[in-house]
Amino acid sequence: MRIVAEHLSYTYNPKSPFATRALDDVNLTIEEGEFFGIIGHTGSGKSTFVQHLNGLIRLPASKKRHPKPPKAKRGQPALPMPKLQVGEFDLASKKTDFRALRKRVGMVFQYPEYQLFAETVEDDVAYGLKNFAEKKLTPEETEAAVRAALEIVGLDYNQVAEMSPFDLSGGQKRRVAIAGVIVTRPEVLILDEPAAGLDPLGKQEVMALLHRLHREWCKTVIIVSHDMDEIAENCTRAAVFSEGRAVCCMPPKELFKRAEELIGLGLDVPLTAKLCAALKRRGIEVDCDFTVGDFVNKVIALKGGQA
Amino acid sequence: MKDVSFGQYYPVKSFVHNMDPRIKLFFLVAFIVAIFLAGNFYGLAACLVVLIFVIAFSRVPILKVLRAIRGVLFLVVFTAAINVLFRTGETVYWQYGILCVSKEGIVFSAFLICRLILLVVCSSMLTYTTTPVELTDGIESVLKPLTWIKIPVHVLADVMSIALRMIPVLMEETERIRSAQKARGGDIEGGGLIKKVRALVPILVPLILSAFRRADELGDAMDARCYMASKKRTKYKKLRLTWRDLIGFLVAAALIAGVVLLNVYEAFLWLPI
Repeated sequence: MRIVAEHLSYTYNPKSPFATRALDDVNLTIEEGEFFGIIGHTGSGKSTFVQHLNGLIRLPASKKRHPKPPKAKRGQPALPMPKLQVGEFDLASKKTDFRALRKRVGMVFQYPEYQLFAETVEDDVAYGLKNFAEKKLTPEETEAAVRAALEIVGLDYNQVAEMSPFDLSGGQKRRVAIAGVIVTRPEVLILDEPAAGLDPLGKQEVMALLHRLHREWCKTVIIVSHDMDEIAENCTRAAVFSEGRAVCCMPPKELFKRAEELIGLGLDVPLTAKLCAALKRRGIEVDCDFTVGDFVNKVIALKGGQA
Repeated sequence: MKDVSFGQYYPVKSFVHNMDPRIKLFFLVAFIVAIFLAGNFYGLAACLVVLIFVIAFSRVPILKVLRAIRGVLFLVVFTAAINVLFRTGETVYWQYGILCVSKEGIVFSAFLICRLILLVVCSSMLTYTTTPVELTDGIESVLKPLTWIKIPVHVLADVMSIALRMIPVLMEETERIRSAQKARGGDIEGGGLIKKVRALVPILVPLILSAFRRADELGDAMDARCYMASKKRTKYKKLRLTWRDLIGFLVAAALIAGVVLLNVYEAFLWLPI
């Protein structure tokens, strides 16, 4: 599913002293099949943006019959109507079937393990499955789907299915929570900080899992992150959010060449980009795509050795 | 769930915001006493006038103030209906069994409605114009004499301020968990009562767990910073009375005196009813 956002704006608590503008005229296109990264500071609007994608936050226009475009600030041209198209779903329309949309656009929130609630792992994973099912599923169907979902996230069905999710370890809980979202086989999978709070090994494992999901189950994977190494290492393309705007959107290889700009926005750059900059100051030019593997190979090649 | 405006602090600077919380508490108590002392509509009208001045000087928008009534609308309507239907009087308009609509009943209901609304609006004015921290400081200061009979007032005040502090946090958490379960197709909108209650389980279980987790973490953090409930603690912001508080005190005193006078001299006033 192709995702096209045009002139997307959103304000929390409008018309009150607490009003905060979270999105400000965001234009972004995410193609099918991408492993897309969204980078930004806390409060840059990245989480707000992804919550639009499966209708958890609706476009304000959807409530009125004759929506008016948002009022422009004084001295600026009027903003055109916000538009958000996810596959064949037009999210600005009131008639959109949001259940059908959410079935196809899965969303894993930050710290998803805090949303586990059921008595057994099987029940928790099956929750979404049962909610989205058109007809009542037989126990066999449910078991097969849950088994497949647990297996792809790297858990043994026979071992964990009957356990309470609260008896698992932190990493396992997160896997169960991810399984609970992908069990309905969404085409687009969105993850908000999927590796937050994990140790380095756990982070690598989660990223490996996402790549596997991207290859086998979900056509598009979108991750929100502020870990630049994660973005450089994994994404085909990344968008930078700053103060509610999508300031740029390009493959990480090009993005991190503009390291100064990112630092200017208060963002970090990957370790490899810092090393490249340090080498450049000493007159050594390393042209790499900012993944650790490629960087190491290029440096070894520069020294005349072999990878 | 999203509308948490009822009883929430409204952050502007104003005369009322700057008053000492203790005086505001005293004012509220005096106002409530005045409402219940008032034996006729003149007394209530006097209260209303004072309340309108309070609202005007607090710079809280009138719509926000009226929204406070919405929260207790059911209670108000229910009380009024009971009184209209069951109170007997001299001039009876309609009677059926024990149900009876009389002129006295209607007048009394109207009186009750006014009382309740004044009560609610004045109490919410206190929370609109006073931060929870100020409020607990004020309560702690007012209740200080109770320490003489070994009641740990400052501990209670700390417990209260933590509880108040956590309300918005838990609201936010609820919203997050709800969104997460909504993304998995769980929805508490629609369906019968039993279905609705069952749909709440996936929200309540994580919410309660997270409340306990937060409580544990906060307890650890307070321990780590050597919080001792028994020690004498100093305040970051000391409460001081100013000329504003004198005005508040005088207005409250004048209100009570006025209401009492209106009760006494009722006979000399022209009464429409």
